Amino acid sequence: MSTLLSTDHEDAGQHGWQHRLHIDAPLLFALIGVSALGLIVLYSAGGEDMELVKRQMLRLGIAFGTMFAVAHVSPGLLRRLTPWVFTAGILLLLAVLISGTSSGGAQRWLDLYFVRFQPSEMMKLAVPMMVAWYLADVRLPPNRFQLLASGIMIAVPMLMIAKQPDLGTALLIASGGFFVLFLAGLHWRIMIFLGVLAGAAAPLVWHYMHDYQRQRVLTFLNPENDPLGTGYHIIQSKIAIGSGGLYGKGWLNGTQSQLDFLPERSTDFIFAVLAEEFGFIGILVLFAFYVFIVVRGILIAIQAQDTYTRLLAGSLSMTFFVYVMVNTGMVTGILPVVGLPLPAISYGGTSIVTLMAGFGILMSIQTHRKLLPT
Amino acid sequence: MLRQLTLKDHLHEYHLFSNRAITLLVICGLLLLALLSRLLYLQVIEHEHFTTLSEDNRVKLQPIVPNRGLIYDRNGILLADNFPSYRLEITAEQIDDMPSTLAELEEIIHIREIDRDRFDKLQARKPRFEAVPLRFHLSDEEVARFSVNRHRFPGVEIKAGLARHYPQGKLGVHAVGYVGRIDEQSLKNIDSSNYSGTTHIGKTGVEKTYEKILHGTVGVRQVETTAQGRVVRILKRTPPVPGQNLYLTLDSRLQAATEAAFGDYSGSAVALDPKTGDVLALVSMPTYDPNPFVNGIDYDDYAKLRDDKDEPLFNRALRGQYPPGSTIKPFIGLAGLEQGLTGVSSSTYCPGFYMLPGSTRKYRDWKRGGHGIVDLDIAITQSCDVYFYDLARSLGIDRLHDYLQHFGFGQRTGIDIVGELPGLLPSPAWKRQHNGEPWFPGETIITGIGQGFFLTTPLQLANATSVLANRGYWMTPTIIRAEQESGQDALLPHRSQIAETLSINDRENWDRVIHSMVDVVHSLRGTARGIGTDSPYRIAGKTGTAQVYGLKQDEEYDAETIPEELRDHALFIAFAPVDDPQIAVAVIVEHGGGGGSVAAPIARKMMDSYLLDEPV
Repeated sequence: MSTLLSTDHEDAGQHGWQHRLHIDAPLLFALIGVSALGLIVLYSAGGEDMELVKRQMLRLGIAFGTMFAVAHVSPGLLRRLTPWVFTAGILLLLAVLISGTSSGGAQRWLDLYFVRFQPSEMMKLAVPMMVAWYLADVRLPPNRFQLLASGIMIAVPMLMIAKQPDLGTALLIASGGFFVLFLAGLHWRIMIFLGVLAGAAAPLVWHYMHDYQRQRVLTFLNPENDPLGTGYHIIQSKIAIGSGGLYGKGWLNGTQSQLDFLPERSTDFIFAVLAEEFGFIGILVLFAFYVFIVVRGILIAIQAQDTYTRLLAGSLSMTFFVYVMVNTGMVTGILPVVGLPLPAISYGGTSIVTLMAGFGILMSIQTHRKLLPT
Repeated sequence: MLRQLTLKDHLHEYHLFSNRAITLLVICGLLLLALLSRLLYLQVIEHEHFTTLSEDNRVKLQPIVPNRGLIYDRNGILLADNFPSYRLEITAEQIDDMPSTLAELEEIIHIREIDRDRFDKLQARKPRFEAVPLRFHLSDEEVARFSVNRHRFPGVEIKAGLARHYPQGKLGVHAVGYVGRIDEQSLKNIDSSNYSGTTHIGKTGVEKTYEKILHGTVGVRQVETTAQGRVVRILKRTPPVPGQNLYLTLDSRLQAATEAAFGDYSGSAVALDPKTGDVLALVSMPTYDPNPFVNGIDYDDYAKLRDDKDEPLFNRALRGQYPPGSTIKPFIGLAGLEQGLTGVSSSTYCPGFYMLPGSTRKYRDWKRGGHGIVDLDIAITQSCDVYFYDLARSLGIDRLHDYLQHFGFGQRTGIDIVGELPGLLPSPAWKRQHNGEPWFPGETIITGIGQGFFLTTPLQLANATSVLANRGYWMTPTIIRAEQESGQDALLPHRSQIAETLSINDRENWDRVIHSMVDVVHSLRGTARGIGTDSPYRIAGKTGTAQVYGLKQDEEYDAETIPEELRDHALFIAFAPVDDPQIAVAVIVEHGGGGGSVAAPIARKMMDSYLLDEPV
């Protein structure tokens, strides 16, 4: 572990190939590990459907390919492109709001004739990039004006996505922007003020929420209230996890999963399948991978050589963690049901590509460092 | 803003960042701990609870319906059996548009209004994933038509099962009874877990009385199912215990001969084996076919049966209450002998009417000119009313009531078929309670010839005759001869039970009364001499005529001018052979007129059938 986690400058020479290929081996191996575990669980969750696993492998291949490609974009170029990417993202979001095709009751997709594209996915990366770009040149911690400007950069895309409505992605974008601000040294006083403000705004938010979103919150507060309707997901998921016990029921033997009691078991609720079939031990293995990835990302951020890359790397790593926590919190019934997949495990979605692109940025930051003596 | 303020302090920013990054890692660690404790709580502390819930999800219990026991007559002729039948079932969960599915089904399968109603009711009660029957007894043609169109109806299935069938149709329906679909009311009286899956239950007759034995015990299939209820595999199977077969005491040949003997008459006849109490025949005419009732009879067909003026659904043998008329005379004669109020040699003069001292009211004898001087033998043989008016007065109503009670009048015989009525044996106490009036002496007089308030059922009359034939041993009438475990050859016979033994002062009194009853059939002046002349065995009997309509003081009874529904009921009781009684019968022919001319020939045919015909 210590060699894998070490990012000392001396190692750069030893791992010259990593620099040449712009690959961070520890991150890569951890991501491959999680993906492999994901495929194993997916095979069981999908009812031993090899086709499903193949499609997921194809998707993972594209995602890893994207990661390698992004890793070759130097941080400098990325930084120069940032305002353009952000502006393009905002315009695309506007396009979705105006003419986007409806999919699953929510307007998220933009039909580009050859591919259906989700601009909100792009904003997951563009928002932290933009805030980091803006704060890279100012003296940190940011002053009130800069905070306000950053706040607008975060709030505008977030509200546009929440309007689609896609609460989960909006949440991730907000947290991505927030982590940049936090790492930039956002004052604790202001955070407390923001927290109080958020608490006060809660009734207002409730007022503007969609019925299904309100339902999810109510269900979260009391799932037994509606055991056959919206509460069913949580109840069945808790049964799956709890009955898994310490060692699990064994691969392909989870009754909750195999007999259809667990809804959305290949996608949002796949964590419950893992918990049922591999038990607490299986969960520890998964979390070992996740923790390793987050810690590795933070270390890359700490060692980054300028403010832009540092803030960006830190924010991307933390957003990944939020991703994991929101999904597992939802599946275990300690957070409301927000439609977020379990990163690198859940089947489908374009989110895996965005996620891997984010790790591509981390790898780029790690491998484009100039070997300067400190 | 001063330029120097915007200058970046890289080292300061690095430290600021590192501090913040480490703070975040710590917060992450704490959140992770919270999540892991949640998981430990679910997976370790609450593990058993959730394991139970998971098993409840996965394992479902499915009932396996036991096969209903068969019903045979005493000679092994099948009266009720089960035959394969197909029913159409619909699982609501799998139907998108129920009304249009039903409309399309109607094009290929006949669906009656009653089927729809039942289906709607059942559907409201059952969970959506459970299949609910829409039609029973599909014809082969309907099964074929549906099979061809099957792909058009996901969620609609044909299931095979066993259905109750009565191969003898109308024969003995009032004894055997029938099964019908379980309704809300019968649900209350049964162990619903034993009946899960069972669709039919005994509604009348033996089918109802012996429901428990016939039904058997439900079996259980433990299956693993998906969330939608589809069975994945069978985990465990407890086979059902089939219902036991029943062998009735009924002789279906005798039953058939009796039903035929009634012709177009309504009425009832019961034949008992005096030695055992076996019910050999239990006839109520007219009869009806129970088969349509099994799967819900059409409203129109049911209304036709219900509104028929001859009341085929009415079980006259158990529930018909008729005045016994003169058939009561041997029993009253016995009471008189026992009390020493009459003797073989003592006689009365019959002028054709009777008057109570100090009253002008005339109680007529059926024979206008009177019988002249009569003793007990003549009084029974010729059915002299005046003799029994006088004897009833001498006995008094209380003694009369006590004696007749010993023969089972006014009380249920205890036969093992549900629905029996007790008849009515009047007494001053009963009248006070019921009418709030005192007992009048004239009411005692007419009780002496089985009129007035006195009512008996055909079964009671047959039972009393049987007691007479047994000279005091009263065997409880029973319809069950033996039970048989399904799949076994051995029969488990039912033991006959002595309900009561009548002890009398002088056992010769039995012979005296029976001798008079033999004279009824075999003497030249007997009222049933028509059936005695060519009989190869000796019969003891008594005729009776029960008034339906009270004649005024000086009115003539003329069968020709009186409408049929007001004509007298004809009765006859008998047992044979006299020396070794094997059969005791009671016959009531509604509005038949004379007991000797109408009822006695039916009884003779019954006894011939039972005593003379070669066994099958």
